[in-house]
Amino acid sequence: MQVLITIVSLGVFCLLAEIFNLRKLLVPITVIGLLAVLGISLNLWSIDSSIDTNYLNMMATTKFSSAFSSLFIVLTIFILLLSDDFYKDIPTKFSDFIAIKIFLLAGAVAMVSFTNLAMFFLGIEILSISLYILAASRRLDIKSNEAGMKYFLMGSFASGIILFGICLVYGATGYFNLEEIYALSQGIGLPTWFPIGVTLIVIGMLFKIAAAPFHFWAPDVYEGSPALTTAIMSTLAKVVAMATLYKLLSGMTVALGYKVELLIVIISILSMTIGNIMALRQKNVKRMLAFSGISHAGFMLMALLTLSTAASTLLYYTTAYALAGIAAFAVIIMVTKNKENENIENFNGLGKTNPLMAAVLTASLLSMAGIPIFSGFFAKFMLFSDTVKAGFLIVVIAGVINSIISVGYYFKLILAMYTKESNEEKVSIPFAYTIVAIVAIVLNIVIGIYPSLLTDLLV
Amino acid sequence: MDVTTLLILLLIGAVATLVSGDKLASKVALLFSLVAFGLSINLLLQFNQGTDIGFVSNWIANPKVALALKADGLSMAMVLLTTALTPLIILSSFGNSFNNSKNFYALVLFMAFAMAGTFLAADGLLYYIFWELALIPIYFIALIWGNGDVDERKKAVVKFFIYTLAGSLFMLVGFAYLYSKAGSFLLEDLYKLELSNQEQFWIFFAFFLAYAIKIPIIPFHTWQAKVYQKAPTVGTMLLSGIMLKMGLYSVIRWQLPIAPDAAKEYMPILIGLSIAGVIYGSVVALRQKDLKKLLAYSSLAHVGLIAAGCYTLTADGLNGAVYQMIAHGFVIVGLFFAAEVIFRRFETRKIDELGGIRSQASGFTSMFMILVLASVALPGTYNFVGEFTVLYSLSQVNIWFAVIGGTTIILGAYYMLKMFQNVMLGETNTKVFADVTVSEAIVFVAIIGFLLFLGLYPKPINNLVNPAIKEILAVINR
Repeated sequence: MQVLITIVSLGVFCLLAEIFNLRKLLVPITVIGLLAVLGISLNLWSIDSSIDTNYLNMMATTKFSSAFSSLFIVLTIFILLLSDDFYKDIPTKFSDFIAIKIFLLAGAVAMVSFTNLAMFFLGIEILSISLYILAASRRLDIKSNEAGMKYFLMGSFASGIILFGICLVYGATGYFNLEEIYALSQGIGLPTWFPIGVTLIVIGMLFKIAAAPFHFWAPDVYEGSPALTTAIMSTLAKVVAMATLYKLLSGMTVALGYKVELLIVIISILSMTIGNIMALRQKNVKRMLAFSGISHAGFMLMALLTLSTAASTLLYYTTAYALAGIAAFAVIIMVTKNKENENIENFNGLGKTNPLMAAVLTASLLSMAGIPIFSGFFAKFMLFSDTVKAGFLIVVIAGVINSIISVGYYFKLILAMYTKESNEEKVSIPFAYTIVAIVAIVLNIVIGIYPSLLTDLLV
Repeated sequence: MDVTTLLILLLIGAVATLVSGDKLASKVALLFSLVAFGLSINLLLQFNQGTDIGFVSNWIANPKVALALKADGLSMAMVLLTTALTPLIILSSFGNSFNNSKNFYALVLFMAFAMAGTFLAADGLLYYIFWELALIPIYFIALIWGNGDVDERKKAVVKFFIYTLAGSLFMLVGFAYLYSKAGSFLLEDLYKLELSNQEQFWIFFAFFLAYAIKIPIIPFHTWQAKVYQKAPTVGTMLLSGIMLKMGLYSVIRWQLPIAPDAAKEYMPILIGLSIAGVIYGSVVALRQKDLKKLLAYSSLAHVGLIAAGCYTLTADGLNGAVYQMIAHGFVIVGLFFAAEVIFRRFETRKIDELGGIRSQASGFTSMFMILVLASVALPGTYNFVGEFTVLYSLSQVNIWFAVIGGTTIILGAYYMLKMFQNVMLGETNTKVFADVTVSEAIVFVAIIGFLLFLGLYPKPINNLVNPAIKEILAVINR
């Protein structure tokens, strides 16, 4: 709870900063603020599953919530560092956008630490509405408007479905509180609308993580949104939704039935395959990463098959994926800053004009493809290993085949950087991009070499 | 001192090369590779005295992965092959100039590091990581510094990468399954596993995909010739000299002992496929017009025979396979280097555009001749020892395998000598062919000297390898 309060006050501070004309200092101040929040969050580490009764059983600080909140805070810090340069051309809106990002973080933290479905819904709405605004934040760009509109329409449908699901669960159990629902779900004799309600909530969450067949919004929205917003969606928002889905499922039901597991298997394989095959054909890098994100959603869903032990695997996978994503987007934003679109041609010859950034992008793509020593490898391996242990060999084989397909499009970008000639002069890069890209990829490699740093946290 | 020193040294070498700048890079890389060679000789001496030079330490708690490096005779032989060939390969590139040479040589040393790691790892996941790591540098070496049309090269290299990655990912699933059974990735724990026949079949098959693509065994060889042709010669040498030995080594170290019953059951098919590669490689090599491609197919034929030796599951077969791996590693590097020496002077690899070199460069001609003869396993060279042992082991399984496999010597002699005749003899070429330079001569002399020395006195390698093979055979026949 302290974390949430601090984050929200930081957001309010950002709005006030506009009045006091602190625009230039805004990013440094918020980053320092967030580092402090990170400190608080890590400090709460030792407190485990002590439900804060002061807050009407709305939230609880657990290891799970602290670990994921800390991850979200780190990701937000990266995003904020990129913001300074990104919004240079619209200074009047600057503090608003920063504030929205902070509020988005508040929503994210609420989503992993709720113990009450009402709190969960508040969290998801705060997160979603912030994202709608950010998607449409290029007011004069028609594509950005389109993205915002599409995202808003589809997103509100999903929220509606989630809300309906929550209602059904409440109707069946009489509780919003997770613990009570969990206790009741063990007994038999729950009305049929309890599983229907749970299914509706899951469908809504699958929409948010853009898993097939609920993925149709993602490519358009990713492509149309400003690159920085796309970065948030594909890293932070996806990770938040995935962690929440895990928390919901493990918090509401004792064990997934055979049918639910079968459904997860199907959706997981479908997401991987559709995402990868569509990504092969994309020319726009943002669109390509959207589809790649869909396939990663499929991989993450595999974790749900081993519900009882998957928390640390999921934490590891999402961290690896998000860090690689941040590093990749830092380079993508830098390269396409003054370009009309994000097509692959813009990356031609980057290996010569800017070897360092090309190396970072290569490394992050290799991590997403799952090549050792990058953490993406261990992430995939742990998933595979857990899933094999649980006996779902078929998903693992589908995952392996998809990993091979994914190399096809990740390497398209790498090939463009190293084998094509550039038609441009060297451009100077803002320092923030370099530092974010390098720090993110170094963190990625560090947890790749010492996976125990993360995997032992939630045991 | 243990084997980690060697790996760390190679890694430091890669970093040092990267920061040394383009001018010094090749020399720094050579220096480090020579030091690594010296170090591995020193390790060998320690090993022979009975010192334990392995290394075990915990790495990841969950899943349980250990940093386990084991050095037995087999691993030491392969590591020595790696560290002996690396300086030769680096030295052989002194006549070329590469853009961004600091990156190039750093990648070469990094690849040597990954390959040495593969040969030493005694933990399944660690082994897998090294195995994959070796793929990244060769991908970039072939892609960025390769020759020929960019688009074609891109296609060849990407195909190679996706092929090998596909194979290894199935191996990874195999390891995941083994881990779920054994609760550990350690080699000795995996050796102890009692798997049912069906499990063995799937594990064997998953590993086979990875190794058959890497070696390559028919029908998984289609990536090979194009990549050998398009990669820079240094890359081709690394691939053919050391990297494909990773596949063969892994068959002996991992595949056979973990799934021995499957290996016994499918022995005829496995040997048959391997020998099909011998015939196929030799026949296709007969028709090649490009020197590098011809050597690529000859290499396919030779490794087919080595793979057949591995799958006989006899002591002679496995020992012979290791001898032949070493012999083939040296001779193929020498032959590709000869092709490169010719290319440096004539700028072509087309066999019918060459000829008449002998009268201009007698030194080069005689060295090339010895390499050609070694490659067709003339008695007195180490290749003879290897090839003969393998053929002998095949005859123990079935005399027809030996007869068909033996055609490699006849066919090999035919296409290699025909190639030699077309390239080196004939009318005097109008173009000038300068004889070998000092650095080129050093490479040739080192390779030839090594092959002849061991050909006449193979005992050191025998003493090193035989006990290790005996141990592995004991596991296979448990």
